[in-house]
Amino acid sequence: MIKKILKSVREYKKATLLTPFFVSIEVILEVLIPFLMTKMIDDGINQSNLNVIYLIGGILVVISILSLIAGWLSGKYAALASSGFAKNLRQDMYYKIQDYSFSNIESFSSSSLVTRLTTDVNNIQMTYQMITRIAIRAPMMLLFSLFMVFSIHRKLSLIFLVIIPILGFCLIYIANKAHPLFESVFHTYDILNNRVQENVRGIRVVKSYVQEETEIKKFDQISNKIYQTFLKAEKLVAWNTPIMRLCVYSSIILISWIGSTFVVGGSLTTGELTGVITYAAQILNSLMMLSMVYVMCIISIPSMERVVEVLEEKPTIVTPENPIKEVKDGSIQFENVNFSYSEKKKKYVLKDINLQIQSGEMIGIIGGIGSSKSSLVNLIPRLYDATTGSVKVGGKNVKNYDLNTLRDSVAVVLQKNVLFSGTIKENLRWGNKEATLEEMKKVCDIACCNEFISKFPDGYDTYIDQGGTNVSGGQKQRLCIARALLKKPKIIILDDSTSAVDTKTDAMIRKAFKEYIPEVTKIIIAQRIASVEDCDRVIVLNKGKVDAFDTPKKLLKTNKIYQEVYESQKKGEKKDEEK
Amino acid sequence: MRKNKHVLSRLLKYIGKNFRWQLIIIAIAILISSVAHVYGQLFLETLIDDYITPLIGVENPVFTEVFQAIGWMALIYLIGVLCTLLYSRKVVDVSQGVLKMIRDDMFRHMETLPIRYFDENNHGDIMSYYINDTDALREMISQSIPNCIANGTMIIAVFISMLSLNIPLTIIIVFGVTFMVTLAKIIGKKSSYYFIQRQKSVAKVNAYIEEMIDGQKVIKVFTHEEEAKKDFDTINEELFRNTKNANTYANILMPIMGNIGYLLYVIIAICGGFIAIKTNTLSVGAIASFLLLTRSFTMHTNQLSQQYNSIALAMAGAGRIFQLIDEKSEENNGTISLVYAQKEEDGTLKESKKYTGIWAWKDEESHTLTELKGDIQFTDVDFSYVKNKKVLHDISLYAKPGQKIAFVGATGAGKTTIANLINRFYDIEEGTIEYDGIDIKKINKKDLRKSLGMVLQDVNLFTGTIMENLRYGRESATDEECIEAAKLANAHDFIEQLPEGYQTVLTDNGNSLSQGERQLLAIARCAVSNPPVMILDEATSSIDTRTEKAVQEGMDKLMEGRTVFVIAHRLSTIRNAKAILVLENGKIIERGNHEQLIAEKGKYYQLYTGLFELE
Repeated sequence: MIKKILKSVREYKKATLLTPFFVSIEVILEVLIPFLMTKMIDDGINQSNLNVIYLIGGILVVISILSLIAGWLSGKYAALASSGFAKNLRQDMYYKIQDYSFSNIESFSSSSLVTRLTTDVNNIQMTYQMITRIAIRAPMMLLFSLFMVFSIHRKLSLIFLVIIPILGFCLIYIANKAHPLFESVFHTYDILNNRVQENVRGIRVVKSYVQEETEIKKFDQISNKIYQTFLKAEKLVAWNTPIMRLCVYSSIILISWIGSTFVVGGSLTTGELTGVITYAAQILNSLMMLSMVYVMCIISIPSMERVVEVLEEKPTIVTPENPIKEVKDGSIQFENVNFSYSEKKKKYVLKDINLQIQSGEMIGIIGGIGSSKSSLVNLIPRLYDATTGSVKVGGKNVKNYDLNTLRDSVAVVLQKNVLFSGTIKENLRWGNKEATLEEMKKVCDIACCNEFISKFPDGYDTYIDQGGTNVSGGQKQRLCIARALLKKPKIIILDDSTSAVDTKTDAMIRKAFKEYIPEVTKIIIAQRIASVEDCDRVIVLNKGKVDAFDTPKKLLKTNKIYQEVYESQKKGEKKDEEK
Repeated sequence: MRKNKHVLSRLLKYIGKNFRWQLIIIAIAILISSVAHVYGQLFLETLIDDYITPLIGVENPVFTEVFQAIGWMALIYLIGVLCTLLYSRKVVDVSQGVLKMIRDDMFRHMETLPIRYFDENNHGDIMSYYINDTDALREMISQSIPNCIANGTMIIAVFISMLSLNIPLTIIIVFGVTFMVTLAKIIGKKSSYYFIQRQKSVAKVNAYIEEMIDGQKVIKVFTHEEEAKKDFDTINEELFRNTKNANTYANILMPIMGNIGYLLYVIIAICGGFIAIKTNTLSVGAIASFLLLTRSFTMHTNQLSQQYNSIALAMAGAGRIFQLIDEKSEENNGTISLVYAQKEEDGTLKESKKYTGIWAWKDEESHTLTELKGDIQFTDVDFSYVKNKKVLHDISLYAKPGQKIAFVGATGAGKTTIANLINRFYDIEEGTIEYDGIDIKKINKKDLRKSLGMVLQDVNLFTGTIMENLRYGRESATDEECIEAAKLANAHDFIEQLPEGYQTVLTDNGNSLSQGERQLLAIARCAVSNPPVMILDEATSSIDTRTEKAVQEGMDKLMEGRTVFVIAHRLSTIRNAKAILVLENGKIIERGNHEQLIAEKGKYYQLYTGLFELE
């Protein structure tokens, strides 16, 4: 897992290696400085020797400047390495997601992908910086100081053999105990977040049902739960500092107690005694830092796992070798197609589909909820692959095409469609980067967009907000159709794409389709019978099977489902006519 | 900066309000533990000089005094440890307590804000107050404040000791430390500038990723992958640069400050040594002590300056939180309230404590009861969301009890705005709206809203079981009543088919249900609260024919016997309305029932015949 993630370091390898290098220099100099300072006091000031003061002072100036430079560089490279690594990680994940097929995308929820790309990467970045800096510094300090203590007085250093394991155990114990509590805090934070979101989004409901007080009560409960758990977790962690102090103080006491006999006995000088005490603080301090690294690592392991999941997901649909780069015409064939969303569960949502559609035909598809209308059309641009059987476009199996070629020729206007923040022009250019204003106007005519675009003060430069919230549902759908038309596809599929468009405009769009793009195969999924009435032929789907495929007129005479839907939708109007 | 000071003082007041004693205890505990810490360090010298050194070379040395001194030191250290333990844990109480207080205050206040606030502010921003900004505060309270107290006391103590030792050297230190602090400020400013820039880039990346991943399927369909990568690279690069700069400045602060501290030490050593040796006005021992003090002085200054960033971030967060708390609440001066009532035998109304199905308006001043009938009248109403940009002009209309009034018109014609005015989500500028002959401005807002049911196009469900969601409008409703309402709304069948039935837990705005099913739940929810007047915003899309029929039937049943305002998106559903109002650019351009409007051959006729021609 770690190996996989570290692949993203790439050009920041140099910075990553330079960080510990400069950190080591910093540590060595930092250890030297107090040593020289004591020397300056002992040999210079206490002996009233100005020359020694000047000499050591000079060395100290040089060393501190060097240490400053090393510290500066290590800080700079640590920042560069960690943020560069994070950048690459985000890039790798995002690029990978671009290769995902529909079923890949569905296996992650979009909000989880967002968290993985942001929060998780951020955790990893912080840990990375911490490791490059502290994971080198702390052990070095620890070993160096231990070595110094050992070289000063062997017997005295045994004290640390007792204290280090005790402190280490306490710190790890607290970290392990607190970690699940923190996890639960974060989880409750999610719930809190969700509550706030519901209230912000549904404020009209809250206010119109006058439920402010209940909502406040519900919020208080969660807020209180966070309070309780967080309190517990942090109180546990609050033991860290006192325990740390206790250990430092105990070692000072122990050292001076035992040390005093050594001093008097002559095996230790008083200067050395102070030295050992200084090193004691350093040793325990580095232990504390190590425990922080440990905590950071526990926190970021789940993050790493989530990131690796994204990176390791295998795209289920890819362009084959030696792909066909041109789609001949807009004809479509389904041959014995069965389709299931999950490979394991062989529950087919499409069963035994055989269809022949000529280039340029206008085909309607109707059927109740769960009749798999969308699933059927999604197979044409290879958004999913048929489980068995074959789907052909322009006489060739879709699996043999270059994916981009195929999808450029088969334009789908999805049911859940999206406009992106940007001007209308920019949104339309998704269909064709080089489209001129003339071309845009033409497709907007077909999709009946000009009528409202011309009313906007900024016309085609009108800015669309994220999610297209500043245009109406019907306008959004029409823009999406225009965008698809701009691709100049051989096949255009409208997956219930005019449901919010008023019926008159809906009919106008279909009329325009017939007039302006007669050679393009048009497939229209609709709920309203009126939307398919003027199609050449209509597919009636029922529970994943083709119930009938014929002209609307014949269907009205022969097909029961079609008749039923027709009846239920026409009844109201009929009554009205009779009046 | 001045703004920050203001925020800080307000924050301290806020904390002091509920945690004054804890804060004092914390401050004292920190003080004691710092003193113990320093005292221990100083005592070490005394121990060596006065107790151990005299014993060197003595035959049969007696250690009793040494061990007594060490015992004394242990005692002081023990007090220090206990105080550390005390304040570490108390600080958690305060920081978590403040956090909870702020969260609760924020939410409580947010619930009182007018709809305008939610319409005008970015929802993501509001949410970040609750998590990111409060977390910055926690960091500050639990880390920075104790740190500042500890280091601040140390700095003062050390400074006084230095002054008592030697004034000229102290002046040099003051200059040196001023230089250090200025430098720290410059670096700190740079760093917090980039931290804020970084925050902005993070928000940008978040928004971009969210939008793109939501639209990932569209990207696929349009083979737009390469462009999506290019755009992403640009903002990713920006985030990288800002993060790198922010972290660089944060990382280099420590080594710069620390090493300048060493340089200061050398300067003092040289100057002090020079003075001592050449002038004899300073003892050698004093210089040694002074040097020790110099070290701890620069060290504490250094540690204090490390807090700059986290305080700056917390102040920015606190500023935003106070901004929310300072938002003006919705005004609610109405004195007329809604009560349950029952009819006496002689036909007069009497207030009742229980739900009776009859409601009355109670004037708190004159104590008169007026039966709630559902008579609504608009007279010459003007309204604008933004000053001078009127969206409604001279709207006059009435609805008698039990009538169904429909609004027809294009997006932006003002249909939804009218609905916003009836329940006073927004207040009108000119004209009056009367409810059973009472100006709605005189009615208590909460009571007004209780009497109005609303089914909106965007359905909002809450996390909880279906039953809880149904009961949303009237907590006292029994299970039977809820099920009855669900049957009325045609929602019962699909609910029964769910594995957990009415106990199915909905999350994420009822994500697991279809649009139509959610609409049915919203209708049932409204039916449970059983309001005399209703506002219906019809759902338009993504409902299959069968569900649509069910929704329509449900709505029809719900509308029986009530005054209803329908915002129509399809003409077929409103043919039986008592009056149809056609809106265009905020004006009513046609009114009448279906037959009259058809006969008029105006806009409605055009709309309708468009439909007619097709069918």
